[in-house]
Amino acid sequence: MRNLWIFVSKYNAFFLFCIFFIISLTLLLNNNTYQRAWTLNVSNQFIGRIYEQTSYFKNYLHLEEVNNSLALENARLKNELRSSFLIDRAEKHIVTDSVRKQQYSYIVARVVNNSIHLRNNYLIINRGTRHGVERGMGVTGPDGIVGVVREVSENFARVQSVLHAESRFSANVNGSIGSLVWEEENMDSKTATLKDVPGHVKVKPGDLVTTSGYSLFPMGIRIGTVKRTELKSGNSFLDIEVTLSTDFSSLQYVYVVNNLLAKEQQAIEAQPQMP
Amino acid sequence: MSNIFTRNLVRFIVLILIQVFLLQNVGYYNLAIPFLYILFILLLPIKIPNWLLFMLSFCSGFVIDIFYDTLGLHAAACTVMALARILFITLTLQQDKYESGQIPSLGNMGLRWFFFYATTLTFIHHTVLFLFEAFRLSDILYTLLRTIASSILTIVLILVYECIFFHRKER
Repeated sequence: MRNLWIFVSKYNAFFLFCIFFIISLTLLLNNNTYQRAWTLNVSNQFIGRIYEQTSYFKNYLHLEEVNNSLALENARLKNELRSSFLIDRAEKHIVTDSVRKQQYSYIVARVVNNSIHLRNNYLIINRGTRHGVERGMGVTGPDGIVGVVREVSENFARVQSVLHAESRFSANVNGSIGSLVWEEENMDSKTATLKDVPGHVKVKPGDLVTTSGYSLFPMGIRIGTVKRTELKSGNSFLDIEVTLSTDFSSLQYVYVVNNLLAKEQQAIEAQPQMP
Repeated sequence: MSNIFTRNLVRFIVLILIQVFLLQNVGYYNLAIPFLYILFILLLPIKIPNWLLFMLSFCSGFVIDIFYDTLGLHAAACTVMALARILFITLTLQQDKYESGQIPSLGNMGLRWFFFYATTLTFIHHTVLFLFEAFRLSDILYTLLRTIASSILTIVLILVYECIFFHRKER
């Protein structure tokens, strides 16, 4: 102990330097936008790579679940194929479809890191600018929505999940639109709250909650089911508790939703309104 | 003792005022920016304890940061400079020859030593400052150019200041 003290006091200049330098670096990185952005980007790259390695091994443990969910999803998609509908018309037209234009495309990505127990949860996925992921794109999973892309580096992206204090998604329940939030007092990764739904709307437990099509996602993607609803006194809006259909704890493959018309939409939204 | 204290305090306030209200508006485009306030750190007494030196350097950097709105940047540069000052003084001076309040000024130490001292420390301070400000190595040549140009301007100002407040050797 004494030797340690002698050592420290002999090189006190160096230790003092370390202390003050670390303090000033912390200040620098926390308070200046450019430096902060740079560090986040680099650490994103670096940490993303590490997480990718670990999750590569972890994935083996979940293979069965993933297989099941993929098979289920395949089945669901097959149900929607035109060939799975019975065509009982005798004649066939071939119509060049000029009405339908593709609006959404999907980029498949693997989750390399995921948190669900924090106040503000993020996921890291192994797709970045190189694969066409951009900031602000929506992310869905096999069972429902997952979150929004917040930061993108070359090969990775950080996704702000639904389980984040600042997340807000436009959601549709029985034709009426509200916003889905994950509230302060709620620390459960399986439920979220749907707000701003007017009190006169009939909502009962078990009703399906889907995306509204106003935000980043296509219309009608599952979010969850209604668990409990209550009308708080003095408030004309319902507070609806929603059981999320996405199981964030075992999420492995997600799809980044690329809205091909997003730029056009934003351009018109950004225009100043004429009086 | 209070004499040393007040003199340094007055110098601190004067230099910060000059830096913030005068030199903040002076500069050769973005290339050469003078930072005269580091003279306060240069002129702290030779036998100042290390912890006090670091504390004062950090504080002066921090005050400048508040005015320049770059929290932590000048503080980091000044901390590095304080370490450099300790090393420089240990290497070039025998500290026990000096009285407790003596400052390493131009009048006390002679032109050659002081010029060398000011140049080295200014250059170190400016290098750290501009490197952290740019925060990347891709524009390293531009950063280096800025460092050198600003260092020259700062050193000229330091020498001018020292000549204005020139005192012959007090011993």
